[in-house]
Amino acid sequence: MDLIYQGWPWYVAGPLIALVMFLLIFMGKQFGMSSNLRTLCTMCGADKTAGFFDFNWRSQKWNLVVILGAAIGGFIAMNFLTADPAVDINPDTVANLNELGFASAGEAYLPSELYGMDALTDWKALAILIIGGFLIGFGARWAGGCTSGHAISGLSNLQLPSLIAVVGFFIGGLFMIHVLFPLIF
Amino acid sequence: MRVVGYLVIGIMFGIVMFKSEAASWFRIYEMFRFESFHMYGIIGSALVIGVLGTLLIKKNGMKDVQGEPITFQPKEKSFSRYMFGGIIFGLGWALAGACPGPIYTLIGAGYIPVIVVFLAALLGTFVYGLLRDKLPH
Repeated sequence: MDLIYQGWPWYVAGPLIALVMFLLIFMGKQFGMSSNLRTLCTMCGADKTAGFFDFNWRSQKWNLVVILGAAIGGFIAMNFLTADPAVDINPDTVANLNELGFASAGEAYLPSELYGMDALTDWKALAILIIGGFLIGFGARWAGGCTSGHAISGLSNLQLPSLIAVVGFFIGGLFMIHVLFPLIF
Repeated sequence: MRVVGYLVIGIMFGIVMFKSEAASWFRIYEMFRFESFHMYGIIGSALVIGVLGTLLIKKNGMKDVQGEPITFQPKEKSFSRYMFGGIIFGLGWALAGACPGPIYTLIGAGYIPVIVVFLAALLGTFVYGLLRDKLPH
């Protein structure tokens, strides 16, 4: 039982993610999370502003139920299945993050410098969350998918466009971590 | 009844994202520094099973629960939208340390500031919708 309360290893998590994808496929749907952002925009009335949002959002209700479940799953995992949420990352990564000013590295699930309640009144942390979120939403729709839709679903179906998108994800991510982070922090 | 099915699948996904730490900003940072196999193992093992399962479904012409044959939509062919959109997504993924699935999981886990990331992602999606015709696809 103790194993459940610790972080789950990759060889348990990866197959379970594949199982989630196949369950959705057998329900006649597909595994892709970022399209929900478009659905939510349409529900808020964005279809009156841009043709991109003019579609029948009710056809996507099933996926909104999936993300509601993803939130409930986070609540269950945090409150009932986790003894200590601290993420045991590589000591070299911890040392590097300490240098950049992230004292919470190795001791928390998310960096308190960005995701603690104090971040909501810290203009720099707030700007990082807003810019990061904006790029996620903008980029995922431009690329037509995110990690679930391209890196898992698309690559499982051997789609070249998904491979191009995943290469793009890594170019952007590596540039952010290795070039921009030392300038930002 | 189907709603219950989607909810259960979502809950399972949320628990796996949280417990595997794929929803952790630290794991994503560590991945981009190539200092752990963890995230590559998760994506890689999901992919090996994903590729084999997809082949199996196609080869046997399997049907979904409604009895409809399962089809896989090929992604439309292009380079620029996937490369440029992918780079923009990657910049945000590394900065905020969250993908569009784990965002909901983290909010459910009680990390209130993630709501800011979620609202900004909605805004980013909206702005993409406004600019779509002006962007290369």
